[in-house]
Amino acid sequence: MSTLLSVTDAHVAYGKVEAVRSVSLEVGANEIVTIVGANGAGKTTLLSAIMGILPLKGRVAFAGQDLARLDIEDRVAMGLGLVPEHRELFVTMNVEDNLELGAFRIERSKAKASMERVYALFPRLKERRKQLAGTLSGGEQQMLAMGRALMGEPKLLMLDEPSLGLAPIIVADIFRIVTELRAAGVSVLLVEQNAQAALKIADHAYVMELGEFVLSGKASDIAANERVAASYLGFQHEGESVI
Amino acid sequence: MNTTIMLFLVQDGITNGAIYALLGLALVLVFAVTRVILIPQGEFVTYGALTYASLAAGQMPGTAKLALALGIGAFAFDLFVARKALHGRLVVRSFIANVVLPAIVLALTLSLAAQKPPVAVCIALSLVIVAMIGLYLYRIAFQPLAHTSVLVLLIASVGVHLALQGLGLLFFGAEGQRGPAVLSGAFTAGALRFTGQSITVYAITIAFIVALWLFFGLTLYGKALRATAVNRLGARLAGIRTTLSGQIAFLLASVIGALSGILIVPITTLYYDSGFLIGLKGFVAAIIGGLVSYPLTAVAALVVGIVEAFSSFYASNYKEVIVFMLLIPVLLLRSLAAPAVEEEKD
Repeated sequence: MSTLLSVTDAHVAYGKVEAVRSVSLEVGANEIVTIVGANGAGKTTLLSAIMGILPLKGRVAFAGQDLARLDIEDRVAMGLGLVPEHRELFVTMNVEDNLELGAFRIERSKAKASMERVYALFPRLKERRKQLAGTLSGGEQQMLAMGRALMGEPKLLMLDEPSLGLAPIIVADIFRIVTELRAAGVSVLLVEQNAQAALKIADHAYVMELGEFVLSGKASDIAANERVAASYLGFQHEGESVI
Repeated sequence: MNTTIMLFLVQDGITNGAIYALLGLALVLVFAVTRVILIPQGEFVTYGALTYASLAAGQMPGTAKLALALGIGAFAFDLFVARKALHGRLVVRSFIANVVLPAIVLALTLSLAAQKPPVAVCIALSLVIVAMIGLYLYRIAFQPLAHTSVLVLLIASVGVHLALQGLGLLFFGAEGQRGPAVLSGAFTAGALRFTGQSITVYAITIAFIVALWLFFGLTLYGKALRATAVNRLGARLAGIRTTLSGQIAFLLASVIGALSGILIVPITTLYYDSGFLIGLKGFVAAIIGGLVSYPLTAVAALVVGIVEAFSSFYASNYKEVIVFMLLIPVLLLRSLAAPAVEEEKD
């Protein structure tokens, strides 16, 4: 399988505090990779640094090209998309304008077709296309944030806590759509606290603790790992205590 | 009070207010997109006005040379930033936009200035020259500071204002100038006399406001500018360059400034330092609009213009004081309405 994103020995620091230490990861084409871990493990920091929002020490390559000198907008143009934890929508603009701007770098003729694809994926957005983004419910805002990122035709979409604060039924919907994206040829790097749901749909998984990866492997193996099960999946194997 | 006098004052106030409205809108736009409080907005006004007046009088305006000098500076900045990865295409594009363009305009100005070109040519040249100055100033003074705090940007803004004012004295001298009217002639309606120039002011202000409204509401670039103002990180993640938004904002602001100058220089004598006070009145309107609301700014600008007209009639010594005092109740109200000021994050 060809590698789309490869991060080698990455360090990210806020001043003197290293929030991410010596992390390496790979995302292949047509693959869902998840990073699970507790709050404060450094997952969001890592995604932000891969996107170019925070400075990163180490090597990040996307589609074979070193990203070191490229800024956020260049990375977007290359096909790297990020749906950040706080969604960062244009709240005073309507749904359609938000989506249209997601395709800012795409040819106008293609943008129209992109929007139809996004509406097919999220019919709810089509119903609300003239509504201001700030007045949408949390779940709809998450859909809009994903839709806007998809409008840029990314090869790899990075999702930061897409399920945070959403009702279980909407979470299920969003995870279903993530698997549909893979089927449509978009790779996904998914950061989640909801490890159970994330491990279920992912191909490959990394477990992050205190800024480092402590485990990695096939998602199904990670889900079966006793330590992970105890720490993140909320159930215990017999005769074992929670760490 | 005499109704005729009142009507006159209101008419005068609306003419001035229209200009303040344009300037206020430009200030709101620039602040929303780049977080720069554009003190040099007034210099765009004087540069536009005096460049126009000089050209119409058959003199060579120094601003054309300044545009070329700033352009060369901007090109040097582009080269410096891209020094580690110089693309041929990037260099050529930057060279054309920053050096070739102002050089052509300078050559045109040099060849045309002596033969007193027609009004339309003077206007076009003045607008292009000031627009280029605005664009290059953004590249040199503000783009490198784009990530810093509002205070740092304000200090840079004051610096640019002082530099431009000094250069204005150098280019145009201490003498005031007047330019030819864009539209001569006049007609009377009842007690009121409308000059062609005041009609032009109304028409262009309204046309510009409508054009801006269409630009922001309908075009992709207009929406991108709004998006940058609403959420800078969101815009970057959508692939909208903040530098592009900043360039468009400064381009619009400098064109609006120069246009305002060209509109008022046939009515009022302008000096190299007149722009500051004119810009400040646009700023008063922008502050009343909270630096975010375009409609509120436009309405406030008309109020500022009318208050100014009345106070210059009844208490001309205090007219500036009265206009700027308008700010105090607004600021008081705003501070009461929003007791906790959130520190900016980015």
